[in-house]
Formats: sequence, structure tokens, C-alpha cells
Amino acid sequence: MSTAASRRANTEPRWLRVLLLCVGLGFLFFFLALPLLAVFVEALSAGWSAYIEALDDPETRSAIALTLLVALTVLPFNVTFGVAAAWAIAKFDFRGKSLLITLIDLPFAVSPVVVGLVFLLIFGAQGLFGPSLAAHDIKVVFALPGIIVVTLFITFPFVARELIPLMQAQGKDEEEAAISLGASAWQMFRRVTLPNITWGLLYGVILANARAMGEFGAVSVVSGHIRGETNTLPLHVEILYNEYNAVGAFASASVLALLALVTLVAKSIVEWRMHRETRMLAEALPAEGNPGRGRLVAPVSPASGDF
Amino acid sequence: MSASTSRSRVLPGFGLSLGCTLVYLSLLILLPLSGLAFKASHLSLAEFWAIASGERALASYRVTFGASLLAATANAFFGLIVAWILVRYSFPGKRAIDALVDLPFALPTAVAGITLATLYAGNGWIGRHLESLGVKVAFTPLGIVVALTFIGLPFVVRTLQPVIEDIEPEVEEAAASLGASRLQTFSRVLLPAIFPALVTGFTLALSRSIGEYGSVIFIAGNLPLISEITPLLIISKLEQYDVVGATALAMVMLMISFVMLLVVNGLQWWAASRHRGDGPSDGEVR
Repeated sequence: MSTAASRRANTEPRWLRVLLLCVGLGFLFFFLALPLLAVFVEALSAGWSAYIEALDDPETRSAIALTLLVALTVLPFNVTFGVAAAWAIAKFDFRGKSLLITLIDLPFAVSPVVVGLVFLLIFGAQGLFGPSLAAHDIKVVFALPGIIVVTLFITFPFVARELIPLMQAQGKDEEEAAISLGASAWQMFRRVTLPNITWGLLYGVILANARAMGEFGAVSVVSGHIRGETNTLPLHVEILYNEYNAVGAFASASVLALLALVTLVAKSIVEWRMHRETRMLAEALPAEGNPGRGRLVAPVSPASGDF
Repeated sequence: MSASTSRSRVLPGFGLSLGCTLVYLSLLILLPLSGLAFKASHLSLAEFWAIASGERALASYRVTFGASLLAATANAFFGLIVAWILVRYSFPGKRAIDALVDLPFALPTAVAGITLATLYAGNGWIGRHLESLGVKVAFTPLGIVVALTFIGLPFVVRTLQPVIEDIEPEVEEAAASLGASRLQTFSRVLLPAIFPALVTGFTLALSRSIGEYGSVIFIAGNLPLISEITPLLIISKLEQYDVVGATALAMVMLMISFVMLLVVNGLQWWAASRHRGDGPSDGEVR
């Protein structure tokens, strides 16, 4: 079949292509582009000086600081336990592995409000540990520790989910070679595993960070909304909006929207790098006379991440 | 077989990494969730049932599930078109638009909520035109559908894209050369190939929508019995210090989450086995 004929067979008539493009792009315009644009237009609706003033408010600044503090506290845990889980799951065979993978996904399935309530029931005044915490004058709920714990819960799956398919596809030949050549466990991890998973790890961290900074429902239940103290930026947006302070609410929202844009750009760059590496790996492996491995590598797609 | 088991022990760190994972998972996720079940078990079955099937609770399930189903359906329809044009057609700005599809994952839900509420309010950019047509969106159940459509948008697109990319052109060429019209090729050849992924994407969007809170509450109007979603009902019970009621409803939501998780897992397994089964020649051809 000639290329022209095959192209005709594989595509829709021109009118249908135009229609599909209009419907698809129109949908994306109304549901994605317009809302994104609206955040910035509303934030600047009273001019630049009002915008700067809204962001310079001490409560807004403390909300930004708290949000950064929570994300910075949570991310090391995500990295450590994400790598540990992915190492055990991707490099070893054991019973109950698929159950473990399902349990790692569990936080995605639970409603954020339920997550918040769960920790309220444990650490709250009438909770399981509430009285003993109160006796030692430790505040978890309506304080920073509570916000951190729910954020840990919500962001738990991101790193592990990105690393498991990546490390499974890479196999364990390289690590085994390192060990049999006399490398210590730490040397093997630092010199072989870590360089191989850098981009996948970064991808997971980017996703986890976006969620950690943006989480609303779960944090809202345990934060107590104490202004200047336990108000994260998303909660601050809500308070300002409910006070009919549209410029203030959208100014804070624009900071979070910028964060989202940075996340998307960083994610695209990492995706592109990972794609290039998996393609190089897929091309290199059959050349070594191992065609079976080429298939394993090919389906790994970084685009599987759901928040 | 025995060679692979003994080889798997060559690598260090199995006990440590699995141990850390299990301890962390148990302390952070499993024990807290069992705490909820423990708290709920203080209720007798009759008491639990009375709360879980109260008038306001039932209405909130209807609103939550109805809106989530409508939104996931809209996402399945538009998501299929978006995935199709992103994979098959070329147009200017395609890469940027492709990246933008993930916006609902990256944009905090509260920001999405206040923005959609502003856009669809009677004086908003979109709401103004819709209201002159007699359609009210913000502060009605329809607003909930709009918010959930935004939240679920990436799921269908992202599940479908790799599957559409993997369809071999030869299959469509064969269908066309055997005399199938484009519509027949789509409905008989392409749709069966992408159907498992479409259902998976639909279910992922649905599962996310059912638990969603932040983006909905600003646009919903939150009228009890009419536009009150279940997560919000849990919050309002908490605010009235009705911890027992909130716990019972949270338990209902948690059980629904478990069911959805199992369904999603089953679907993904089905889609993967279909995908593999479709093209056993896949690996050899390349």
C-alpha cells in the first residue's frame, strides 16, 4: 500500500478532523486555559500595587512560610520511604507483593476529608491518644505536627509509584554486577542505583511537592485555621475568599497557580529526559542480544502519575 | 528457577527496605485507618445504619455519586477526543497543550474551586453568557459537575494516550483495505482496543471525584439535601461536634474507597492483559 493511500486509510475525513480538533481544544480552553488565566486576571484586577500589597500582608507571608516548611519536612520522608518501598518491590520476589502495591496506592483512594478526620480521631482531644498527649502538653491536632502527618499520608504514594515500574524495567543485573565485583551495599546504591533512578525520583518528588503544598481537605480538618499560625496558603485562600476579599484571595491563589505552572514545566522536562533514557536503554538492550528486555522497557511511561 | 531465587539474594537490603516500608505503612496508614474502624465499632449496627441512611446522608450520596458519574462521563467523552487529537493530529502548540492537561493535578483544589466559582457565577466570564441562556451553574448541583470535570480531566487522557500510541497502523490499514469505512474501523477495531483503558480512566476519575472536597465547596452552594456532597456533610457534622456522626459517614466513604480501589486494580489488570494479549507479536516486530 502506498504511503498516501495508507495515510488516507488511517485518518478521518477532513471535516471530522477539524470538528474533533475544535471540540477537543475548545474543551481544554474552557476547562483549563480560561481558569488559569482567570486566576491572574482576578489577582491583578485592582492593579499591581494592590496585588503586591495583598502578598505583603503578614498573614499571607506566614501562610507561605508554613506551606514551605510543611513541604520541606515531608519530602525527605517521601524520598526515603519511596526508595525503600521501590527497592523491596522492584528487586525482590516475595509473597503478598501485589497486596503491598495496592496498599501503597491506598492514600489516593481515600477522601482527604476522611484522612483529616482519621487523625483527628487519634490525636484530637477526645481521640485515642488525646488525653495522654494533653497530659504531656503536646499539641498534634490544630498545630504543625497534625498538618505534617496528614500531608505525609496524602503524599505517601507518589515517589514509590514512579520508582517501582522504572526500577522493575531496569532489572537487577547492574546492581548484581556491582556486588559481585566487591562493592559494598552503600557503594552499589550510590554509584549504580541512584544514578539510574535520579530522574524518576525527581519526577516523584515534583508530584509529591505539588500535592504537599496544595493539599486542602485533609489539612483543613486538622489545622484549626489559626491565622498566622496553622494557616497554610490554600487555607488562607479560602479564608480571604469567604471574607469577600477577592483580590487577596486571588493574589494568594496566583502564587499557588505559579507553583502549578512551575510544576508542569519541571515535570515536562523530567519526562522528556526519562523518555530519552528509556529509549536509549531500549535501543541498547536488543543490540546486546537480549530482545526480550526491549519489551519490558518500552511500556514504562512517566505519564501514569495521578495525584 | 532455583538459580533465580538464589540470585535474588545476591542483592543486599531486602530485609531493611521491606521492614522500613511495612513499619512506615503500618504506622502512617494502616493503623490510623483501623483507628477509624475501631471508633466506628463503638456504634451498634442499628445506630450506624441510622446515621448512614439518614435523610441528609442519603441526599449527599445522591449528589456526590450523581455529579461524579456525570463528570466522569463528560471526561470519558472529551478525554477520548483530547487523547486522540494529541496522539494523532499535529497542530501548533501541541506540546504545551499536552503539558497543560496535567494542570488539575498540579493546581491546588482550593484555587480551582474559587476560580471556577468566579468564572461560572452570574457575573463571571462564562456564567454571564450561560445565565442569559437561562442556565445557572455556580451554586447549583451543575456547578459540582463542572468542578469534578475539571478535577478528573487528566485521568482519561493520560490512561488513553499510551494505548492509542501503541495501536499499530497496520491494523487500521487492514480494516480499510478490507472495505471498512472509517466509522466501522473505529467502532470495530479501534474502540475495542482502547475500551479497557477508557473504562479504567473513567473509574479513576470517578474514584477521585467521589472523595473530592476543595474544588467543590466553593461552587456548590452547599444547600443541605440539594447541593451538599458527603465530604462536606462530614465536615459540618464535625463543626457541630457530632464526632460520632462524622465517623460513621467517614466509614461509609472509606468502604466505598476500598471498593473503588479494588475495581481500579481489577480494571488495570484487565487492561494490561488485554493490551498484552492484543499484540503478542508486538515485541518481535520491533
